[in-house]
Amino acid sequence: MALLQISEPGMAPAPHQRRLAVGIDLGTTNSLVAAVRSGVAEVLRDADGHALLPSVVRYLEDGSVQIGRKAQAAQASDPQNTIVSVKRFMGRSVEDAGNDHTGHVFADSTAADASGGVAPGMLRLRTVQGDISPIEVSAQILAKLRQLGEDVLGDDLVGAVITVPAYFDDAQRQATKDAARLAGLNVLRLLNEPTAAAIAYGLDNASEGIYAVYDLGGGTFDISILRLSRGVFEVIATGGDTALGGDDFDTAVYDWLVAEAKLSGLSAYDVRTLRVAVRQAREQLSDDAEVGIQASLANGTAVSVRLTRERFDQLVQPLVQRTLSTVRRALRDADLTAQDVKGVVMVGGATRTPVVRESVGRLLGSEPLIDLNPDEVVALGAAMQANLLAGNSAPGEDWLLLDVLPLSLGLETMGGLVERVIPRNTTIPVARAQEFTTFKDGQTAMAIHVVQGERELVSDCRSLARFELRNIPPMVAGAARIKVTFQVDADGMLAVTAREESTGVEASITVKPSYGLSDEEVAGMLAEGMQSADADMRARNLREQQVEARRLDEAVSAALLADGDLLDSGERARVDASLQSLREIAAGEDTDAIRTAISALSHETEHFAARRMDRSIRAALTGRKLDELA
Amino acid sequence: MTHSTQVPDPVVPVDFAADHFALFGLPRRFRIDRSALDSAWRDLQTKVHPDRFAAGSDAEKRVALQWASRVNEAYRVLRSPLQRARYLCEIAGHDVQAESNTAMAPAFLMQQMEWREALEDARATGSQDAFDALSTQLDEAREDMVDTLTKLLDSDPPDVGTAVSRVREWMFIERLGEELQAAQH
Repeated sequence: MALLQISEPGMAPAPHQRRLAVGIDLGTTNSLVAAVRSGVAEVLRDADGHALLPSVVRYLEDGSVQIGRKAQAAQASDPQNTIVSVKRFMGRSVEDAGNDHTGHVFADSTAADASGGVAPGMLRLRTVQGDISPIEVSAQILAKLRQLGEDVLGDDLVGAVITVPAYFDDAQRQATKDAARLAGLNVLRLLNEPTAAAIAYGLDNASEGIYAVYDLGGGTFDISILRLSRGVFEVIATGGDTALGGDDFDTAVYDWLVAEAKLSGLSAYDVRTLRVAVRQAREQLSDDAEVGIQASLANGTAVSVRLTRERFDQLVQPLVQRTLSTVRRALRDADLTAQDVKGVVMVGGATRTPVVRESVGRLLGSEPLIDLNPDEVVALGAAMQANLLAGNSAPGEDWLLLDVLPLSLGLETMGGLVERVIPRNTTIPVARAQEFTTFKDGQTAMAIHVVQGERELVSDCRSLARFELRNIPPMVAGAARIKVTFQVDADGMLAVTAREESTGVEASITVKPSYGLSDEEVAGMLAEGMQSADADMRARNLREQQVEARRLDEAVSAALLADGDLLDSGERARVDASLQSLREIAAGEDTDAIRTAISALSHETEHFAARRMDRSIRAALTGRKLDELA
Repeated sequence: MTHSTQVPDPVVPVDFAADHFALFGLPRRFRIDRSALDSAWRDLQTKVHPDRFAAGSDAEKRVALQWASRVNEAYRVLRSPLQRARYLCEIAGHDVQAESNTAMAPAFLMQQMEWREALEDARATGSQDAFDALSTQLDEAREDMVDTLTKLLDSDPPDVGTAVSRVREWMFIERLGEELQAAQH
């Protein structure tokens, strides 16, 4: 038997190690990765000096995949196999996606829906390499960014904070998390994009008070109202539209262009060519009062049209107005008026558009804040949060985010109506229970249908999951007491449990079957080795488990050092033994054994963790009472 | 928790978990120091939020999730005057929601009918003035409720029985307020 290593009291068992973590802004148009280095958040650049990675993935006939600039360059010549703006398709069905202007070919994937096929599954994109899920496309982008992060930082990453639009629903968040898993990234947190921007801005400027973050990206729009006070970023209300962004500005201009130049019978090549020209014109109009749009179509037709900023402003005005009414609603939800807002932070490339800045400034009565690069601010904030979550920040230099649920969660009740369980803008994490009963004598099962959205009718909301609570003992109608508990975590993701109270029959689900990938699908894709050969994958898995073991070792050792007195000698001996066993096993190369030892130690320390939390809360209460006396 | 067969029961039960007021170190009263509540909530979240345990064990993360959820729920209840009044009645052993007990004072029933009619009229005419007038009336009714419930609940001993009836009336006012909001958008 190996000798137990017992560290001196007061000595940390492991030297403090800096843990590499990155922030990733997975955008509709461009994606980027940032990290805190030498105390400063900065975007990471590839060998050519580019920070922005175009969110474009091309599937080639020979089985290879191009990501970023190369793929972008091929988009007009190979539109079907070159996927652009994939973020718009995350967690969405063919029906949701509506008309696509960009030459993608959708494939339904109802067959992939293993949960009973009631809800339509996520769409797939038909390519020369088969039907590809948006999750896989996003995973390619994320894997590329992970690689860039590892290359620049020079080691494996312990994790990443990945940003999502605040208004993303559960299905879209789940899809993003699945993509990260496929890309081999450990997600420390899904962070809402406006909140990330507020961190980057607020920490830079030591701001206090009410701020609005107006985030108009390539494909999504978010507004968040936050209160910044003493290191706490509290989101009060959020709103948005996950299908409104710079792409839609382009569509408005494109539609005008097609009518103006009397174009018809356009091929997919023509559409992408014209859209590229339109995007350039829109960007140029941020600086110039008038631009020329030139393009050459597949049949040799030359298109040349002039567009003034005035005309452009008219074309996009309805879209800008849509964002402004969302801003007004968010203010109403926050119980605030425009006068309460101290400043508005502009995020996203589309906020460079002058008419957007002017309109927002007018509505909120303040000059929008643009001193941080609107393309980078989200990634920078995510990097700061990743650094904090990885445990690298110095004491006293930390902060806390309190975010909200963007869209109400509810259950279907009789008549296709929604019973709201957690209303939108509730601070997360949150757990809320609701009791239901049976409506027939002797009813032994109850179907539970979880939905998300603001409308009264189930058919107008997004269906997140369906599951059944079975084996309810037969009782008269109305006698059973079925408690359905919704738990939303800090990522804004939902888990639902149902329990018959008188008998304790239980059913639970982490919401994902309707739109996410099943665990089997993810496992299957991982096994196929998207990025790496089998041996690489095994080595990677082992390394990940070893890192995880070291992380847990450090956490438990630190906890024992601080609060070891909460354990009696028997409990202490068991924790020590479990910890020692983990250390020995983690030194070896048996991935599964390490995983088992990790969960054994975690399990052994469950009550210890609960008692430490009690102590910490008591300390907080006592501390406050002392403050009040002083 | 599912592991109770192998791990002894916790020795330190969380005695203040049952009472939202104790959780925030506030006296169990209807009248509340809102800024003390806000800062107590922020202080507690800085202790229990899952982000504080991102580098911790799974056990710590789970405990943190439960605690952070509990703290947020307590804050939600205490911050709303109606929910706070209702909660005070409930911890005193009076179930406000009891469906059988819908009896309301005749005077309030009359008032209720007048408001309903005012809402229908406003809806029919679409007159903003009519909406605003009703909205002002409801605001005044809310303020009266706050005064009444302060007297009922913060007296020694509190008159919880009467408070329950007022809370039910207040719940009606809020429902009407929601309908009023919905009718205007």
